[in-house]
Amino acid sequence: MNHSDTVHVPNSRRQVGRTTAAAGLALCVATALAACSSSSTTAGSGSSSSSGSGGSKVGVSLILKTLTNPYFVSMENDAKAAAAKDNVSLTVAAGTKDGDTQTQISAIDNAISRGDKGILITTNGDAVNAALNQAKQAGLFVIALDTSPNPPSTADITFATDNVQAGKLDGQYAATALGGKPAVIAMLDLFNNQVVSVDIDRDHGFLQGLGINPGSTTQNGQEAKTGSYSGGSYTVACHQPTQGAIDGGRTAMENCLSANPNINVVYAINEPAAEGAYNALKAAGKAGQVAIYAIDGSCAGLKFVTNGEFTADVAQYPGKMASLGVDSIAKLARGGSKPSVTTGKSFYDTGTALVATKSVSGVTIQSPTDAASACWGS
Amino acid sequence: MTIQSSGDTAPVTAEDFLNRPAGIGQRVHSVLHRQPALSPAIVLLLAGVAFALLNSRFYSLQNLSLVAQQVAVVGALAAGQTLVVLTAGIDLSIGAVMVLASLVMSKLVFDSHVNGLLALLIGAAVAIAAQAVNGLLVTRIKLPPFIVTLGSLSVFTAITLIYAKGQTIALQPGSFLLWTADTISIGSLHVTTGVLLMIALYAVLGFALRYTAWGRHLYAVGDDVEASRLAGISVSRVLLSAYMVAGLAIAVAAWILVGRVGGGDPNSGINANLESITAVVIGGTSLFGGRGVIFGSLIGALIVQVFDNGLALAGFDPNYQVLAVGLLVIAAVSVDQWIRSVKA
Repeated sequence: MNHSDTVHVPNSRRQVGRTTAAAGLALCVATALAACSSSSTTAGSGSSSSSGSGGSKVGVSLILKTLTNPYFVSMENDAKAAAAKDNVSLTVAAGTKDGDTQTQISAIDNAISRGDKGILITTNGDAVNAALNQAKQAGLFVIALDTSPNPPSTADITFATDNVQAGKLDGQYAATALGGKPAVIAMLDLFNNQVVSVDIDRDHGFLQGLGINPGSTTQNGQEAKTGSYSGGSYTVACHQPTQGAIDGGRTAMENCLSANPNINVVYAINEPAAEGAYNALKAAGKAGQVAIYAIDGSCAGLKFVTNGEFTADVAQYPGKMASLGVDSIAKLARGGSKPSVTTGKSFYDTGTALVATKSVSGVTIQSPTDAASACWGS
Repeated sequence: MTIQSSGDTAPVTAEDFLNRPAGIGQRVHSVLHRQPALSPAIVLLLAGVAFALLNSRFYSLQNLSLVAQQVAVVGALAAGQTLVVLTAGIDLSIGAVMVLASLVMSKLVFDSHVNGLLALLIGAAVAIAAQAVNGLLVTRIKLPPFIVTLGSLSVFTAITLIYAKGQTIALQPGSFLLWTADTISIGSLHVTTGVLLMIALYAVLGFALRYTAWGRHLYAVGDDVEASRLAGISVSRVLLSAYMVAGLAIAVAAWILVGRVGGGDPNSGINANLESITAVVIGGTSLFGGRGVIFGSLIGALIVQVFDNGLALAGFDPNYQVLAVGLLVIAAVSVDQWIRSVKA
């Protein structure tokens, strides 16, 4: 399902790049990065420090993957706003990097001993499960944000976005916008050297939106290379990894264009990859002639929709996940009911919206201006 | 010790001369010994032929222009890496410094509306200062370069992330910093000024290494620190200068990266550390120092990019590119070892 965060997180994962060749060095560099990054356990609006008065104050811990990424910073900001509104004493902690479970476990232990009513967490890995189970036994309500833990029952509920649905919205729009013309598609994925759910979900969602069978449930690039989509015939020109970064997106798009100059549809795993693709198309004199489809919904990304760099962008709402989480625990602690999952899904879907400037029939769109009220980052 | 102007400084022993007229293996050994960039050049040529056979588009001028553009960032970085490797060091932080410099440049223009040229110079100063820190730790505190740059890799990456807050910066079209993305077209050949800048960097560094005392000292220190000291070379000054001149190369790479990205992005260039080392190793510069020519690194970077592009054009799964580059690195180091052994 989700895991949309990995797309935005630079650190250690990205490091495992093309030159995995120099394996020994790769190992040491990975270790080096592991030791780096910034801000661990950042005390947010500190709990114990803030007023012992107002007996009804509810303690909530927000435990993020990292704080080096606008996606999680957005969660932190919106959670703080919700905490102020709900009379919640919020403690914010974060791993030092993607995969840092030890810092998260300490933060969970702290939440238990502090007597918090609930935990909101974007887990860095399965190693936190035991600590989360202890928290549940101690009576804390555990909400996973953005990504379901493995197994999902480790959390009481997950608040997340549906990445398959996000890809589908882009794909449906693309199919309609083509108006029956043959589609020559470049698929700019995240990685080629590891399987990440968000990568697969968005890629497959996009193909499904076009009416193309992905040919696999666990791998990218298994669809038939040619065939027919819902509006006509299609060719998949390439699947190239981008590492979710601008330079990777650019190189990937350049290689795709060399392989097939007739590409008219670009799927990009995230906004930076889409931006790189745009740079490549612009340099090739094809800016504006090729439709670029992105996913993320950051404030910066919406501007690219407004100025026509991206044909469409699917917005997701990390801040909403966090603020809803704070609201839910505050309500529950004051005698309210537990939040429940979205009908037909195993998690509470915080929603996605297709943002575009031109409307096409049969697809609901949101204007960049309307979407900007809920965008994240700056 | 003997220092040859070809840039190949491995001492020629009497035994070498005695063995010279022997079998083909020995003769090949001898040629490769004198021309460290020869074997990568042959690989590049063979790869070019193979990919042209796999896909006719490979040799289109348009595609070759793209390969040149793709190689520019890592190529410039590899030039700096070569200087450090020639001193028998290794710089694991070189990519992190580049990303930091590119963000400093972009943010100064974007957030503080600093003049583009001034932003470029400040960014370059940051790169050179960062490398001076590496160099001082190596020369003054006598830490192994591997350990120093392993640590500074983390430090510079962290500073970049804190400084950038994970955000990317898109510069306005026409910004001076984007000059490296400007294209000069001759027919379907599109060369960016960034590519020309990288070639100029190689020309300048190549000249300095070959024709200046500084260049000879660099080779000498990399080959044998003790002998260099006895010969009156200020070893620590040469080492420090290698890191700082590498800082200059990093600044050039950062400028080209800004052009390619269209601004600053803390996630772009994140693999460049290892890519630069890969280029240097495939390019025939010995990780044990003192042996190699800087143009070899450009060829090494080109080989990696040609495999990337050629395999993509031929429709291979991108994993095969990773595999091919890995095998090339092992082959390159094996050739280096074989060349180093006096008896073939």
